[in-house]
Amino acid sequence: MATEPQNVEKLMRGEYRHGFITDIESDTVPPGLNEDVIRLISAKKNEPAFMLEWRLKAYRHWLGMQEPLWAHVKHPPIDYQAISYYSAPKSKRNAPKSLAEVDPKLLETYEKLGVPLHERAKLAGVAVDAVFDSVSVATTFRKKLAEAGVIFCPFSEAVKEHPALVEKYLGSVVPYSDNFFATLNSAVFSDGSFVFVPKGVRCPMELSTYFRINAANTGQFERTLIVAEEGAYVSYLEGCTAPMRDENQLHAAVVELIALEGAQIKYSTVQNWYPGDENGVGGIYNFVTKRGDCRGANSRISWTQVETGSAITWKYPSVLLKGDNSIGEFYSVAVANHYQQADTGTKMIHIGKNTRSTIVSKGISAGHGQNSYRGLVKMLAGAEHARNYTQCDSLLMSNRCGAHTFPYMEVRNPTAKVEHEATTSKISDDQLFYCRSRGVSTEDAVNMIVSGFCKDVFKELPMEFAVEAQRLLAVTLEGAVG
Amino acid sequence: MNMTSAALRPYVEGFKTLETAPAGNAPAWLAGLRRDAFARFADRGFPGERHEEWKYTSTRPLEKRAFSLATPAHDSVSARDIAPILVHEMPVHTLVFVNGNPVAALSTASSAIRGLRIFSLNQALEQNAVVLQPYLIPESVWADDAFTALNTAFLKDGVVVDSDAKVQLDRPLQLIFVSTHQTSSLACHPRILVRLANDSQATLIETYLGLEGAANFTNSYTQIVLGENARLEHLRVQRESLGDFHVSRVHVSQQGGSSYLSHTLNLGGLWVRTDLQARLEAPLAEAVFNGLYAVNGRQHVDNHTRVDHLAPATRSNELYRGIIGGHARAVFNGKVVVAKHAVKTDAAQTSNNLLLSRTAEIDTKPELEIYADDVKCSHGATIGQLDEQALFYLRSRGIDLQTARALLVEAFSLKLLERIPASRLRAYAARQIKTALPRQSAVAEWA
Repeated sequence: MATEPQNVEKLMRGEYRHGFITDIESDTVPPGLNEDVIRLISAKKNEPAFMLEWRLKAYRHWLGMQEPLWAHVKHPPIDYQAISYYSAPKSKRNAPKSLAEVDPKLLETYEKLGVPLHERAKLAGVAVDAVFDSVSVATTFRKKLAEAGVIFCPFSEAVKEHPALVEKYLGSVVPYSDNFFATLNSAVFSDGSFVFVPKGVRCPMELSTYFRINAANTGQFERTLIVAEEGAYVSYLEGCTAPMRDENQLHAAVVELIALEGAQIKYSTVQNWYPGDENGVGGIYNFVTKRGDCRGANSRISWTQVETGSAITWKYPSVLLKGDNSIGEFYSVAVANHYQQADTGTKMIHIGKNTRSTIVSKGISAGHGQNSYRGLVKMLAGAEHARNYTQCDSLLMSNRCGAHTFPYMEVRNPTAKVEHEATTSKISDDQLFYCRSRGVSTEDAVNMIVSGFCKDVFKELPMEFAVEAQRLLAVTLEGAVG
Repeated sequence: MNMTSAALRPYVEGFKTLETAPAGNAPAWLAGLRRDAFARFADRGFPGERHEEWKYTSTRPLEKRAFSLATPAHDSVSARDIAPILVHEMPVHTLVFVNGNPVAALSTASSAIRGLRIFSLNQALEQNAVVLQPYLIPESVWADDAFTALNTAFLKDGVVVDSDAKVQLDRPLQLIFVSTHQTSSLACHPRILVRLANDSQATLIETYLGLEGAANFTNSYTQIVLGENARLEHLRVQRESLGDFHVSRVHVSQQGGSSYLSHTLNLGGLWVRTDLQARLEAPLAEAVFNGLYAVNGRQHVDNHTRVDHLAPATRSNELYRGIIGGHARAVFNGKVVVAKHAVKTDAAQTSNNLLLSRTAEIDTKPELEIYADDVKCSHGATIGQLDEQALFYLRSRGIDLQTARALLVEAFSLKLLERIPASRLRAYAARQIKTALPRQSAVAEWA
């Protein structure tokens, strides 16, 4: 193809646009992990006794666990004693009640990121519970949500104000003993979001949270818990960007979704953490446990994710389809450029009758990126007439990258149907030539083709996210085709 | 180390017997090779369930049984016993082994074909040990495999096929491994070596038959080396008895332009594991894997395949179909690896499964590992049941349910037969498959 290699090289070095550091004195605990650190975290957050007990139980369990090695990723060993497990912005002494009270420096950070809270709140009708490092500092639209009976607040607040709800649902989908990283999270999680939509309520707006990682050496251990009672509906958006860093930062979040009878939860993610530079130095380690539980009949949980950031992504948003006729969905675009590694996919566990699941996974590999899809579709003996359809496609954009597929299918019911399809391809010279011969530049042509490749996933995203995701993809893949 | 010393004991005793037996004309290095292999096996034991390659197949049933080493005293088999597995469709060379020991009386293979030699491994060791030595060391991909180590440790007999360049084997070579009923269960470890030099062609029919009441353990290792433009068609039929344990490994390395066609039929056995691997080492090499497994009752069958595309413009095409009924469990794991410089690779893989009963289980995992961009790779997997509409169609025309189901199951297997190009070989395969599929009277058993 008629693309000048130097030009491509230049374009390939498309730099991370959201890289900056806000200098705020952090209230940070010295690195290291022991029971005292956990007691300290719990005390700092004024948690009730059951929370501390739960954390300690998790920690003791974690001590006997080994870091999993099965993922198709490579990284130097992580020293868990070198991480500081708590960091909160100083200004939280008098918790701000409105935007005016929020540290202007913080607001400036959001400004740079293109998250003007007040404007965005008004224009988009979105309540933003912005998480800066580990403690939530601003929450909007609380009132309107409260009128509908929806609880949407930082996790630490929920623990204090709605302890019964938290105690009932916390760990009921991802138990504290679930896996190495989820257990670590259970022991040390700092904050996160809590959403509770009561019976029959349709959440009046889309909920969104911005996660940021700011202080160096601070692992982020977010915990999100969303409960939709009978017939409730909620759409939750999660987006993140992070300042540029040279050290690897560990992020081990846990997200639990619970849908009771007839409830519907839509969880969308745009993940754009710092992926490391073009030589693979730095970047976030993103080891996340996300799981939804379709507990009631006719419930529905759908995961949509656009993963463009992080040095390493290790993430399998799953759905337990317990209720009869429940539906699980997973739509994903994962990009691995430069030296990024992504090992991501989903698990669909069909337990109830007539349960259905759809998996659409689009993996894009460029540079030296390694992209793996790892999924499990399991039909238990009671899953009468359960259906699954899986499609996972890979697009390879350089001869040094990799695209891998590891789908597991386990079926024990003779009325269940499972279908899996996977293809691997590259952007063909013919496609590029066609576009270029019509006056479209190579860059635009590539963007167009990639957008088309990802269309099935983007159309599942809420509108504003779809635009952001497309833009993000274009930035991430700048000049990745030669 | 996953094995208890009690589980290991029969193998230790067997090995002692083998070591103290008179060496005959076997070369001295063979004893060393065996000893090393046995040490490796004793050190590792059978793979545990934590081993990713053994996630769905537990070696516990195998460990619970004690197999002793088969001796030539155990071969009393008549021509009638082996009739069901014989090829009538065309003339063939035949080599018969009973519980791992060659039986000359039933064999018809002559080694007098011009430019191509067929030996029993024992003969080959006596005549041409030096040439053979490098080929007896298992492929490095199996260096950690307990069953390969076991096969090497007990290396005693088997088959060697060795050709000069530009030779065409006049008729297919059929190998028959018979497992017979014994008072105590036996283990045998056949080794098969096939080397086709440049531009040579051959057809190999490797068959395993279990006689009524047999409960033995067959652990075979087949190594195939194909020179430039060589072509091997390889039909494997495993029809052991419902008490038999079967492990086999087939490793193929292919030079430029060579083609390897494999048809694997897993129709019998109680506990079966087969691994088939091809390495496409030079441009234009091609591998075709066809497979069918039909299991019922308490059978367990596990098929693992792997194709390594190591050079540009190599091709692979794979179709495995499974029919699972009763309380049976089937496992399929197909892997395609495309190495960094293997551009213009064309790889397609399909796994289709028919689950016929509530108590049966299928676990399938089609994997792709791709490190090159300009490739065409795809895989598909389906798990389902007989088409309700097709059943209705047949029934509305007066065909009873049992017959309709039997017809549809047979139709499902036909897709595989279509992929066997040689008509007489296809007819033989069809006859073998037919014995394993549920007949109308037996359809209910599968459900």
